[in-house]
Amino acid sequence: MSSIEIRRYPGFRPITWLCLAILYAPMLVITVYSFNSLRSITTWGEFSFAWYAKAFANPNIQNAALNSLLIAVVAATIATAIAMAAALGMLRGGAFRGRGGVFALINLPLMVPEIVTAVATLIFFVAIGFDLGLMSILVAHTVFCIPFAYLPISARLQGIEGHFEEAAQDLYASRWAAFRYVLLPMLAPGVISGFMLAFIISLDDFIITNMVAGPGATTLPLAIYGMVRVGFTPEINAISTILLLISIVFVTISYFVGRGDATSEH
Amino acid sequence: MASAARPDSGGAPASAGLSRERLWLLSPTLLMIGFFLVIPLCLIVVYSFLTPGTYGGVEWIGSTAAYVQFLFEEDFLSEELTFHSAYLEIYFGSFVQAVTATVACLILGFPTAYFIATRPPRQRTLWVFLVTIPYWVNLLIRTVSMLFIIRDEGPLNALLLEIGLIATPLRIAYTDFAIGLGLVYSYLPFMVLPIYAAIERFNFSLVEAAHDLYADRWTTLREVILPAVKPGVIAGSLLVFIPSLGSFIAPDLLGGGKQLMIGNLIALQFQGSRNWPFGAAAAVILLTIVLIVLMLFTRKQAANAGEAR
Repeated sequence: MSSIEIRRYPGFRPITWLCLAILYAPMLVITVYSFNSLRSITTWGEFSFAWYAKAFANPNIQNAALNSLLIAVVAATIATAIAMAAALGMLRGGAFRGRGGVFALINLPLMVPEIVTAVATLIFFVAIGFDLGLMSILVAHTVFCIPFAYLPISARLQGIEGHFEEAAQDLYASRWAAFRYVLLPMLAPGVISGFMLAFIISLDDFIITNMVAGPGATTLPLAIYGMVRVGFTPEINAISTILLLISIVFVTISYFVGRGDATSEH
Repeated sequence: MASAARPDSGGAPASAGLSRERLWLLSPTLLMIGFFLVIPLCLIVVYSFLTPGTYGGVEWIGSTAAYVQFLFEEDFLSEELTFHSAYLEIYFGSFVQAVTATVACLILGFPTAYFIATRPPRQRTLWVFLVTIPYWVNLLIRTVSMLFIIRDEGPLNALLLEIGLIATPLRIAYTDFAIGLGLVYSYLPFMVLPIYAAIERFNFSLVEAAHDLYADRWTTLREVILPAVKPGVIAGSLLVFIPSLGSFIAPDLLGGGKQLMIGNLIALQFQGSRNWPFGAAAAVILLTIVLIVLMLFTRKQAANAGEAR
């Protein structure tokens, strides 16, 4: 019997397919229905973008989409910059005391249950008199995005040895020039990957946003939640499909940008 | 000052503390997370010991009422405290839901992780990618999609009615089962990925050795593979259990808000019924449970690792 044979367990393959079915079926179904010209669940009219057009024409959704996009771009940019600095501080220049503590702090947003983070942030903003609105959402998102941006950047940085910057500096590059022209281009895939993850984390966040949004501000997930509470409409399917697509595209890019370069170097 | 040194894996001597440059690099992170997360988490403990304000918020009068309210009900007239278990039941119910979801994820996730880890390397990447994608997809949208399918007028019931399997729509949405299904669906990737990572590192010649010693497949799985990949199983279980215990979206949407879980109880205190100190206390209790579970398992794992050496 070959080694492959004894490693195989009957039933594991169908369970794997079942897992994928559980994970993907709901997303596929909602996507299919978003293109049905009819409201009906049981009858298919024709393939149509009508619900997308209707969703885009809705001023509430336009406003929410704009807010979401603005917050995600700004929060992800700031979080990526902060996380890049943190990765350099953590991984360059030898070990230092308190490193474990700093690492735990960076990952703290991932450890605390999101609902606890949400109410804690709300309490804090109210206590210091910070107005609830787009600004409070932006700040909360930035904090929450830091560990997501940090992961791919630090992983990438760990794979780049210090020799490169040392060589540049031996050739009289300033520390800044060595960073800007030697390290940064090598680090770029990690930075892009981190930015994209931070972007979708911000774009998708519901629980924290829901708590700190205040009465006026709304984002796409909040708008969708509000609509679902009233009742399902094909418009919801359409916006949901768009958000699904954005997440999938961004993760795919992030995944292959991070991976592709690592393999080309070795 | 030393120019950019090698990563410290090279055994660079631990420097005394934070150099100035390093402090500059780390300070934005320390400030952001410290100011906007650590302080709020401390504040939530403080708030849990205050008196609720009339319209939300708090009055700065110290009180343990929030914690007392958790276990006792005060009689309006006699001010006598009688034990009531409603909140304990919510915590216990959430605990049971989270454990059930974790076990279900393990039953589905372990074979999946194993199957993926024993594919040829190139296929593995694709499978891992397929499992990873849902992790990054909007949890709210995923849950909304699930609700869309299982609700009374949804495609699943329409299909079952159409083929004549049922005469009236099945009540799936807004039940405990729906919440459980939602939790499994939400956190399944968290179970698969760490177990996969553990199995991928597993040395399969041990399986051959077990086989040569006349162990059958299932004995090999139980006695050889499982003990070796246990850290991955524990990590996966924690990654499913912890977010399930504090979940908000699945019970809110799929449970229809009827079956409260801890997350909903906390959120409610800051939205509807507006008792901030009680909500803060509920959050502190959740956080404490999470910490205890984490410590129990990480310590156990450390002890196991020590034994192995």
